[in-house]
Amino acid sequence: MFEYFSGVLTFSLIYVIATVGLAVFTGFTGLFSLGHAAFVAIGAYTSGILTYFYQVNFWLALVAGGVMSGLVGVIIGYPTLKAKLRSDYFAIATLGFGEAVRVLLENLDITQGARGLPGIALETDLPTVLVVTIIVLWVARNFIHSRYGRAAIAVREDFTAAEMMGINLFTIRMRSLVFSAVTAGLAGGLFAHYVSFIQPSMFTGALSTQLTAGVVAGGMGSLTGPALAAIVFVAVPEALRVASMWRLVAYGFLLVAIMVFRPQGLFGHQEISWNTWRNLWKRVRSCGTKPC
Amino acid sequence: MFIQTLVTGLAIGGIYALMAVGYSLVFSVLNFSNFAYGSIIMLGAYAGYYILTQMGQPLFVAVLAAIIGSAILAYANEKIAYSSLRRRNASSLYFMISAMGTAIFLENLVYATIGSRFYAFPEVLTRQNLNVLGTSLGILDAFAIVFSSVAIYGLHWFLQNSKMGIAIRAASYDMQVSQINGVNINRLIGLVFLLAGALAGISGVFLGMKYMVYPTMGWITNKAYIAAVIGGLGSLPGAVVGGLLLGVLETFVSAYISSAIRDVFSFSLLVVLLLVMPSGLFGKYLEEKV
Repeated sequence: MFEYFSGVLTFSLIYVIATVGLAVFTGFTGLFSLGHAAFVAIGAYTSGILTYFYQVNFWLALVAGGVMSGLVGVIIGYPTLKAKLRSDYFAIATLGFGEAVRVLLENLDITQGARGLPGIALETDLPTVLVVTIIVLWVARNFIHSRYGRAAIAVREDFTAAEMMGINLFTIRMRSLVFSAVTAGLAGGLFAHYVSFIQPSMFTGALSTQLTAGVVAGGMGSLTGPALAAIVFVAVPEALRVASMWRLVAYGFLLVAIMVFRPQGLFGHQEISWNTWRNLWKRVRSCGTKPC
Repeated sequence: MFIQTLVTGLAIGGIYALMAVGYSLVFSVLNFSNFAYGSIIMLGAYAGYYILTQMGQPLFVAVLAAIIGSAILAYANEKIAYSSLRRRNASSLYFMISAMGTAIFLENLVYATIGSRFYAFPEVLTRQNLNVLGTSLGILDAFAIVFSSVAIYGLHWFLQNSKMGIAIRAASYDMQVSQINGVNINRLIGLVFLLAGALAGISGVFLGMKYMVYPTMGWITNKAYIAAVIGGLGSLPGAVVGGLLLGVLETFVSAYISSAIRDVFSFSLLVVLLLVMPSGLFGKYLEEKV
């Protein structure tokens, strides 16, 4: 029983890592990526291949996967962000990028095509994922509170005004894209060493949209919101053993409902911190003495 | 070999053009990428398949049913997922997320209720071949070319000559000004979605006959996006040319180089095109509005 729960938790934390990365990009620069599954796939395949064919140390391979994703992020980000593509155009470009990577993985020799890579060493466990999650969350938090993060928020709110204030649009967007690519790569590496079998069909557009769903539902402009949403989206249906098909139906429904009723996401720009709980507790307590 | 490849390419290109036109129609008026379009095409294909096989109706009834079903679905999609955003003047990001949500919802609803099985259309047209000028030409391909050109021409005629069509063209230039001049924008957008849905129904049935009917077949609209980008997002003649061009190019790549590389080719073409000429062949490139 404990093993089952720790498995569910490991799986949702892997999701959290990728979602937090995407939250830094979509939530803090206002651009919409529909190809993030490609970064996850690149991380998964890089670290999987390194440990499988070349017996590289797991941690080294994990970092290599993240670095590789980051590099590809630079390659795809440099031209698209330099060209200042409008949000639709950028979304379609990332969509095309994601599909191109998946088709490439299906046709390369080293990835063994659609058959996938079976028997990757089982290295990921709950403590490993927990450590990586905490590091990623910590770095993301520092990134957002740094000068760059504040500049990114300015870009999201009004990029013309931000540009006039001397913020370099390209650098800001590029930094957050590379950051989110690296975290997606790390999540991919952890995933590959957790399920020990990867194949291209695991990294389709459906995965990209699930990640985006987490960010949107959790709140664009928040880190802890998307993290919580990722856990809820993965852990609750898993624990309740709802068929995975209906989970995706609910995803779609939730996305539309959130856009119609609460477009800023469940948490909006708010972060979940100790203060949130303290305020909540205060409100609950004051309910007894005066009308709330 | 050359002519045969060309004709096959044109047939596929015709279906791409149909999808791209439907997608561009929505883009030209509302300025956002309707990612739900693929799942509406998919449901149109299911409707056509159901009418044809389960109810034993002739082909034209099936096509008609698919058209009507998809049109109603697209209309409902607009009313439920987009109209409240429209009233709030939300940015296109929110529209896209809502569209994506609709796509995930519909696609997985089909998975959960009908199942992931692949259904093949009965071989009414696929098996016969016409012999034209020494090359054998699939009758389905010929039918697809003819039918998509008729549908696209019909739409073109409607947009050029009818009162509503002129209103749609006006709204695609400037929604606010056309509203001031007495265009009922809610009714107009409803009509745009009905038209786009009708095209989705036709292309759904043809795609189903050409390939098969399955829940994720909507992903083929990725090709429609590429076609629309080639022609210029929001431009209807551009969508037609882009669709035909993409279909022909793809077929030649898979015939002369390798069919495995076909999709990589299309998607790289998309990324390169967006960088080199984001406004496509006929489009107007809108900088993000301030």
